[in-house]
Amino acid sequence: MNLLSPSIVPRTQISSYVNFLVPLIAIILTLLTGSLIFSLLGFNPIHSLYTFFISPISSLYGFSELLVKATPLALIAIGLSYCFKNNIYNIGAEGQLIMGAIFGGGVAIYFYNVEGFWLLPLMLLAGVIGGSLWALIPALLKTKFNTNEILTSLMLVYVATFILDYLVVGPWKDPSGFSYPKSRPFNESARMPELFDGLRVHFGLIITLFLVFISWFIFSKTIFGFQLKVSGLSIKAARFAGFNQNKLIISAFIICGGFAGLAGLGEVSGPIGLLYRDISPNYGFTAIIVAFLGRLHPVGIIFSSLIIALTYLGAEDAQVFLQIPSAVGFIFQGLVLFYLLGAELLVNYKIQFGKIS
Amino acid sequence: MNLDFIIGILEIILIATTPLVFAAIGELVTEKSGVLNLGVEGMMLVGAVSAFVTLVISGSYFLAFLISIFSGVLMSGFFAILVLYLMTNQIATGLALTIFGIGLSSMIGKKYIGTPIDGLSPWFFVIISFVIVFIISYFFYKTKSGLILRAVGESHNAAHALGYNVIKVRFIAIIFGGSMCALAGSYISICYAPMWQEGMTAERGWIALAIVVFSTWKPERVLIGAYIFGGVTILQMNLQALGIRIPGQFFNMAPYVATIIVLVFISSNKLRIKLSAPASLTIPFFKGK
Repeated sequence: MNLLSPSIVPRTQISSYVNFLVPLIAIILTLLTGSLIFSLLGFNPIHSLYTFFISPISSLYGFSELLVKATPLALIAIGLSYCFKNNIYNIGAEGQLIMGAIFGGGVAIYFYNVEGFWLLPLMLLAGVIGGSLWALIPALLKTKFNTNEILTSLMLVYVATFILDYLVVGPWKDPSGFSYPKSRPFNESARMPELFDGLRVHFGLIITLFLVFISWFIFSKTIFGFQLKVSGLSIKAARFAGFNQNKLIISAFIICGGFAGLAGLGEVSGPIGLLYRDISPNYGFTAIIVAFLGRLHPVGIIFSSLIIALTYLGAEDAQVFLQIPSAVGFIFQGLVLFYLLGAELLVNYKIQFGKIS
Repeated sequence: MNLDFIIGILEIILIATTPLVFAAIGELVTEKSGVLNLGVEGMMLVGAVSAFVTLVISGSYFLAFLISIFSGVLMSGFFAILVLYLMTNQIATGLALTIFGIGLSSMIGKKYIGTPIDGLSPWFFVIISFVIVFIISYFFYKTKSGLILRAVGESHNAAHALGYNVIKVRFIAIIFGGSMCALAGSYISICYAPMWQEGMTAERGWIALAIVVFSTWKPERVLIGAYIFGGVTILQMNLQALGIRIPGQFFNMAPYVATIIVLVFISSNKLRIKLSAPASLTIPFFKGK
């Protein structure tokens, strides 16, 4: 019966080539769908894709802007991989980013008239603490009360948004800022140094690359990385081996929150230079796509952060040159994640024709 | 404070809360079948824009709501194919649906920002929202199909062993959720605030998700949750008008904080979580296992 009908069978061994193939397939399908959407809307697809993906990075300034946007994405995504590897669904990185910006930015606002080499390191520290503390809430609720971390971390994003909103409208509002809800601009020593004159790419990039390297080391060379991986694959095996699951959950959350907080601080002390409502164009959510596209691997995440950063840049150019709203970048981000998740089937399952053996 | 003022506020609360009821009851049905769809906000936005654009082009309110609901069916159908047949991760797929919906709605609605339309009276939909909640409540606890849907959400393996088609039940539940979200969106762009604006659902999709949890997955409590959350937002605006100086942001974050507290309360006790959340929520069903 049904000898020739296809059936989906789990793979016993995961072949390594699919790890490269799956993101590649997803990107190609996204570009094809994107050009279809552009032609349906009456744009020349080749010209549109060129405007979207090539022309934004064909200048030195454009390339620097790409790195500016890839920096927070890569930093948050590498933090998220600590959680995702362990099957912890922290989807609240956006809130942790905002808290990092509030804590770190708060230091800058408190010392607005004091300059000093110590100010930026202090802000970095505060940013990490802010993000970690915010991530600690879902972590503790999960370990103490077994509360679902997906929903708590998501809800906390909106709590953080309103706290930031309250601060920039109320107590931290720039006294000379008229009625616009924003803080005082940070002073010079509270700003991330730029790496090159006239380009916005900043020291946060160096920090990010360093932390990506450290994470690679932790994932592949330490017992902690091994424990994360094992308990993500099989909680029973981890328990049998005597790994402390609660400790793993809390550490993963704290690291992820700290990285996200650092990314938030990097944004407000880097390209933005003050606190206001919209400090992040959904970086915390988009980083989830980056983490998946990079297959939770540090090298993969570097590449995927550049690709997703390009959707932000391309969308800005498309708005100027094609009069398409910049939110179109989200279409590409959504599509890439859809295809990626769909193609994931090829990683974990294989399609077999004939009888299930 | 006179009677007219109070009635005025109650009217505004009813009108403002209705989209929350639609979206939350839709998402509740989806989650009861064991699937978490985080795409609510995206489906609401696409529903809102497709209703608005259809109305501008055709001039027909009926067609506008029909096309909007159809857009919800398409969006959630796409989600259903991914999570049910390709067994993708529900959380990531749902987030992708929201991100995609934000982009798609902005792109479709670009030409229509600022186009004036005649808004439709909301009262018909206010009544419908209550009716739907009671129908769903009846369906869950008094009909066999409702029992099957709940069984699929509690233990898909047991439901499968009894001969029920898990995938089919979940597909229908997801589609219903999608159409309700689109209806919520079209209500916003045609009745509540007759216009189109990028991101005009203003994060109501996330509040709807919060309401489902807050109501501990019970249909009639969706009304309570929605009216508490909706009421708080409206009261906050009026308190400001009355000169009571509590920052509005603290009211706006209240639904999210309340949801976290409810979540902690129900999950801190094994029996309580068993009675509340569908046991198979977010767990994919694979026949071969």
